[in-house]
Amino acid sequence: MVKPCLQVELAGVELENPLMNASGILGLTSYSLARLAEAGLGALVTKSIGLKPRLGNPNPTVVEVPGGLVNSMGLPNPGLEAFKSELEESLPKIGKPLFVSVFGFSPEEYGEAVKRLDRLPVAGFELNVSCPHMGGVGEIGGSPEALREAVRGARASTGKPLLVKLSPNLTSFAEAARVAEEAGADGIVATNTVRSMVIDLEAERPLLAGVYGGLSGLPLKPVALRCVYEAYEAVKIPIVGCGGIFTWRDAAEYFMAGAVAIQVGTAIAYRGLEVFRDILSGLSAYLEAKGLDDLGGLVGAAHKR
Amino acid sequence: MVKIEKARVETPQVRTLFFMDEACSRAEPGQFVMVWIPSVDEVPMSLSYIGSLEPDGLSAITVRRVGEASEALHRLEAGSLLGVRGPFGRGFKPVEGRVMLVGGGLGIAPMKPLLPKLKRLNCEATVVMGAATASELALAGEVERLLSGWGRLLKATDDGSLGFKGTAAQLAAEILEENSGYSQLYACGPEPMLVKILELSFKYGIQAQLSLERYIKCGVGICGSCTVGPYRICVDGPVFTSQTLKDLPEFGRTRRDASGRSIPV
Repeated sequence: MVKPCLQVELAGVELENPLMNASGILGLTSYSLARLAEAGLGALVTKSIGLKPRLGNPNPTVVEVPGGLVNSMGLPNPGLEAFKSELEESLPKIGKPLFVSVFGFSPEEYGEAVKRLDRLPVAGFELNVSCPHMGGVGEIGGSPEALREAVRGARASTGKPLLVKLSPNLTSFAEAARVAEEAGADGIVATNTVRSMVIDLEAERPLLAGVYGGLSGLPLKPVALRCVYEAYEAVKIPIVGCGGIFTWRDAAEYFMAGAVAIQVGTAIAYRGLEVFRDILSGLSAYLEAKGLDDLGGLVGAAHKR
Repeated sequence: MVKIEKARVETPQVRTLFFMDEACSRAEPGQFVMVWIPSVDEVPMSLSYIGSLEPDGLSAITVRRVGEASEALHRLEAGSLLGVRGPFGRGFKPVEGRVMLVGGGLGIAPMKPLLPKLKRLNCEATVVMGAATASELALAGEVERLLSGWGRLLKATDDGSLGFKGTAAQLAAEILEENSGYSQLYACGPEPMLVKILELSFKYGIQAQLSLERYIKCGVGICGSCTVGPYRICVDGPVFTSQTLKDLPEFGRTRRDASGRSIPV
């Protein structure tokens, strides 16, 4: 029997498999991007980059909770100009499609960021309109008008695939997905992290320097899965699932909910970079056991019952 | 949070803070913890004492005053609370034979807990400690105590106020020139010193384990802030072998600041 094919097409980009890293995981230098590429991913996503450099929050920026993490990194990044050189150096070494994640503090900044990066041979862009602990950024995704403007501005700046990464903290995920689709998005990433916090009992105060942070990992999965399911019924553009994917079973559930590709982040802190190959071999074995040639038969399967 | 059991002054600039912690007491020499001073910062520090190797079961960090976080740590006393997360990273592996440990600045701190393990393996140990001046050779007394009867400590000071006049790397080079029959070099200290030790390890064909430092944020291997080339200090290091460091991009040349921008080491 021919081995099942894990290739997928995401918004016009051919991926050798449906796995991507979540933005913020290791995608900061040309060397770590190259290392991610070697770990078996189908596509890479960079750290979220803004127009200006940011140091981010002081530590503590990451705290472990059962099965997950809460992070309040504060969008540290070297700024667009410095990162361009990093990208120019890394793109030849990577050999996989690369999506650049961008953020802004106003809708206009998204269009500006995309415009400045568009000439690079990147596969596309992921708009971070959903960072839950940065005032301004998360609010863009939370306001239909601001979201529409940000996506339209980015759309006008590039012909390349545009993914929009939405927050699970919204009143209506489906509505935000529709707004993004109407404004010209080519795909939805569901989801970013849940706005949350941790209190240290002995210190009697919030643990994170930024006070609020984004919850990721196992606790996020039922929430993000719900968002994927809702978005699948609301829009026609493809959905990328992201939230608490640790095993091939988690991945399969996301496909059934309607995702065509998935992103893995927090699992790396728990399972190491080997987690990508583990998920791929598990998916392959699962498809073979079900007599399926590829992932197509899984996508949206949970909606049919 | 842990309670500080005792605080010991090593030099006017350096203090050791002792505490009881289950996970730290089982650490490997060379591992580090993320130390939280509420309202100030959370910073990586190597463990200079590992509880399971100590009669009183206490672990410790040894801190030099260099900035806001270390100043805050110097203000703590016995009874104060301290946040400790970890231990993290890959530590030093003890080996048999004739070994040399080279510590620059406070570099001896993470290597010190390795000494009892090397003693148990019947090693011959030479420890080289370097500092700017005699009064800054923190932990020298402790090292001498641990080496008593089986190893030797040689001191180097930039200003010649004690021991060899010059750097720890220069003294190490002189020792190796005379006799290069060492099975392992261990080193920890400023990166230019590590570069020289790495050169010596290749010159004389001696295996080496070097502990590197970088700006650390998450400590658990996902944010990518602490990378040297493709390796993360917090999970792939901080200890690296000479083979790994050979031709490693960024090592000895550049590091990243808090924004991820590349700056000279």
